Amino acid sequence: MLDSALSVFTAGRNMARLMEGLGVTVWISLASVGLSALIGIPLGLIMASPKRAAAKAIRLYLETIRVMPILVLLFLFYYSLSKVGINLTAFLVSILVFTLWGAAEMSDLVRAAVTSLPVHQKESGRALGLTEIQVSLYIVIPQAIRRLLPGVINLTTRMIKTTPFVFFINIPDLMKVGQQIVEVSGVRDYLASVWVYGFIFLIYFAICYPVSLFSRFLENRWQSG
Amino acid sequence: MRKSLFSLASAAALLVALTLGFSALASAAGELDAIKAAGKIRIAVFSDKPPFGFVNEDGANEGYDVYLARQLAQDLLGSPDKVEFVLVEAASRMEVLQADKADVVLANFTVTAERAKEVDFAHPYMKVALGVSSPESAPITSVAQLAGKTLIVNKGTTADSYFTENHPEVTLLKFDQNTEGFNALRDGRGVGLAHDNTLLFAWVRENPGFVTGIDFLGSLDTIAPAVKKGNGDLLAWLNEEILRLTGEGFFEKDYQETLAPSYGDSVDPKTVLLTVAELKALAAGEPLPAN
Repeated sequence: MLDSALSVFTAGRNMARLMEGLGVTVWISLASVGLSALIGIPLGLIMASPKRAAAKAIRLYLETIRVMPILVLLFLFYYSLSKVGINLTAFLVSILVFTLWGAAEMSDLVRAAVTSLPVHQKESGRALGLTEIQVSLYIVIPQAIRRLLPGVINLTTRMIKTTPFVFFINIPDLMKVGQQIVEVSGVRDYLASVWVYGFIFLIYFAICYPVSLFSRFLENRWQSG
Repeated sequence: MRKSLFSLASAAALLVALTLGFSALASAAGELDAIKAAGKIRIAVFSDKPPFGFVNEDGANEGYDVYLARQLAQDLLGSPDKVEFVLVEAASRMEVLQADKADVVLANFTVTAERAKEVDFAHPYMKVALGVSSPESAPITSVAQLAGKTLIVNKGTTADSYFTENHPEVTLLKFDQNTEGFNALRDGRGVGLAHDNTLLFAWVRENPGFVTGIDFLGSLDTIAPAVKKGNGDLLAWLNEEILRLTGEGFFEKDYQETLAPSYGDSVDPKTVLLTVAELKALAAGEPLPAN
């Protein structure tokens, strides 16, 4: 039984293919998380500020994206847009969609982190004679980041776990490569699906669990510090 | 309602604004000249449906459809490697054409009147009919044997509708999933199982003790390349190409290379391959006799 399990992975370039699929998953996740932070943080700061019109517009964007299933967004960008003359590659679409979603969620996290700080923190700063910039730099931002981190880590793992959707727009990610291997090996070994999907489960666990651990480590450190 | 419409509109505006920068060179692709200019033909194939379209252990595309795809690239662009495979799911075979993500679909695509409204089919390169598999020890070789007996089918398949309409004397036991139906056959819950013959040939090969006693039954369906509606010169070229390849015996070679390993020697290639005469009859609108 162990032999058959191993042969699924050692046959041909199967292992290398799974790793290439993993590369696709990781690449899409990292690029999207990075871009989401870049766009989401300023949006969140605007939402936390008293400029109501801009905040409302961002809130509308956030709610729109949040109620749409990722799959709908992927199909909309990949298939529907090309019918009005905008033909994007599947990779571009996946990063765009994950960034749209990530940036929306990120902006809400940032807003929550900033507005959750007690008002007296800022007021105490001002009473000590600090300028607004100094208040932001030394009081608001350091505390907001600590409150932000658990949510961001949570969002990151959610985005990693959602990437298999990209195979619906014809990108062979880790999950799809697994399926291809199962369909070909399943003829000889009906347990192939157990080995391959089990392995993919372990890979996702190996990526997401350390990320969670890291977040817990930072939380503990900052709390005791 | 109004609010959600507005949200959608603003989201759409945002999308367009964000993507305008990348708006690819939306060519009038699909036309022969555009393909030649691009130097490659984009062909949508399955990546997980052996033996028609799959990715082998070395990561290369393989299968009956893929073999034809490479030949198309060879004949149009001079090299079997000038093909870009778009790995497609069954449900998105029409969308990839309409959204201009592929020039041709070669993904075991059965010609139906419904689909022909959305895409254009070229001459077919394969045919599929119903078959009935049964235990080797009690083989079913004619429909007459089935009277008053239980036959296993999958809900909503052509096998289901064919026996319901034409042979009410046969008791049907219906399942949702292929695997459930095949397991029921193994357990002897019916005297036979009816399904697409192309599927049964491969299944009996992997399951010793069973035979496909009836290998051709009911109305005949065809599998054909599809292109986007209105791609006239690509369609015309494909029609000519399929006709020529059929005449040259290309599909016998394709069959031997890709299907024979999973069908074995017991299947006559003529059951799934078409002749030039059949292609011409089909093109003239004449139905093919179901043997």
